[in-house]
Amino acid sequence: MQVKINGNPEEVTGGTVLDLLKTKNIEPQMVAVEVNDKVLDRDHLATTHLNEGDHVEFLFYMGGGR
Amino acid sequence: MDFTEEQINRYSRHILLPEVGGKGQKKIAKSRILLVGAGGLGSPAALYLAAAGVGTIGLIDSDVVDLTNLQRQVLHHTPDVGRPKVVSGKEKIQALNPDVSVSMYEERLTAGNALKIFNDYDVIIDGVDNFPAKFLINDASFFANKPLVHGGILRFDGRVTTIIPKKSACYRCVFKAPPPPGLVASCQEAGVIGVLAGIIGTIQATEALKLVLGIGRPLTDRMLDFDAKKTQFREIKVRRNPNCVLCGEHPTITELFDDGDPYAGCAVRPSA
Ligand SMILES: [Zn+2]
Repeated sequence: MQVKINGNPEEVTGGTVLDLLKTKNIEPQMVAVEVNDKVLDRDHLATTHLNEGDHVEFLFYMGGGR
Repeated sequence: MDFTEEQINRYSRHILLPEVGGKGQKKIAKSRILLVGAGGLGSPAALYLAAAGVGTIGLIDSDVVDLTNLQRQVLHHTPDVGRPKVVSGKEKIQALNPDVSVSMYEERLTAGNALKIFNDYDVIIDGVDNFPAKFLINDASFFANKPLVHGGILRFDGRVTTIIPKKSACYRCVFKAPPPPGLVASCQEAGVIGVLAGIIGTIQATEALKLVLGIGRPLTDRMLDFDAKKTQFREIKVRRNPNCVLCGEHPTITELFDDGDPYAGCAVRPSA
């Protein structure tokens, strides 16, 4: 099924948001995940299932400034 | 307060704008803007806010200018190496515009001093390089009820967002807490393309001026991410999180605290 990840359409196999993070090799503690404009609590990554057409945003920490 | 003829000339390009005019320029002249960090993001912000005629600019920074800073921290020049950044910054600001008064805080921002300092300003600009300080600034802006313009830069990426406490999403609505220190690379390891500081810092200054003037649409409930490699901006919608530990319905943070070691690191992003 197709979802949008950071604005780009991508074909994914489904499953949970945590599964998606795993396939992308993203450490869950390094990212805030939004599904359809709503931030997911980290505890809910494993229980939130992706649906066709979902908009997923991975927001990485960006800490510099000096 | 009336402007002198010289001031009317100096600010004429502002005064010509219907959204600013003489009235708006007076608002700018009365405004007090705090820059936390007089480095990469703070440099361009300080220079443009000085040029704009901001009444008081506060500079918080405990560091001295280092040679490695000069690649992006345009407030400081080669002869400033070894001098306190707040002193070097004040000189540049006042050389550019003697109308501006500069308050120097040659110290680190801590849970102990933040509220007292923030209370004296209208808008806070985040120009720090580490997560504990970014979270502290977010929390202190919330408790002092001051609008905050958050910024971050890393490698070829930058981010900016405006936070109006209790009205728009705060930093903790999205990022609950700083990342675990083990996972972050230090700023020195990560590197940053110097011009990014100019791009993000000037957007922060723009947001601050809009807030002071009360014009336009603030960059609230949106994170604006910039990818310098692709020269692409992307806006990510965010919203207030009812479960936010700071501004949510049942907050667990009820007073200011130092959230972690400010020396732990500044950068996380998987190498793509
Ligand atoms: Zn919040």
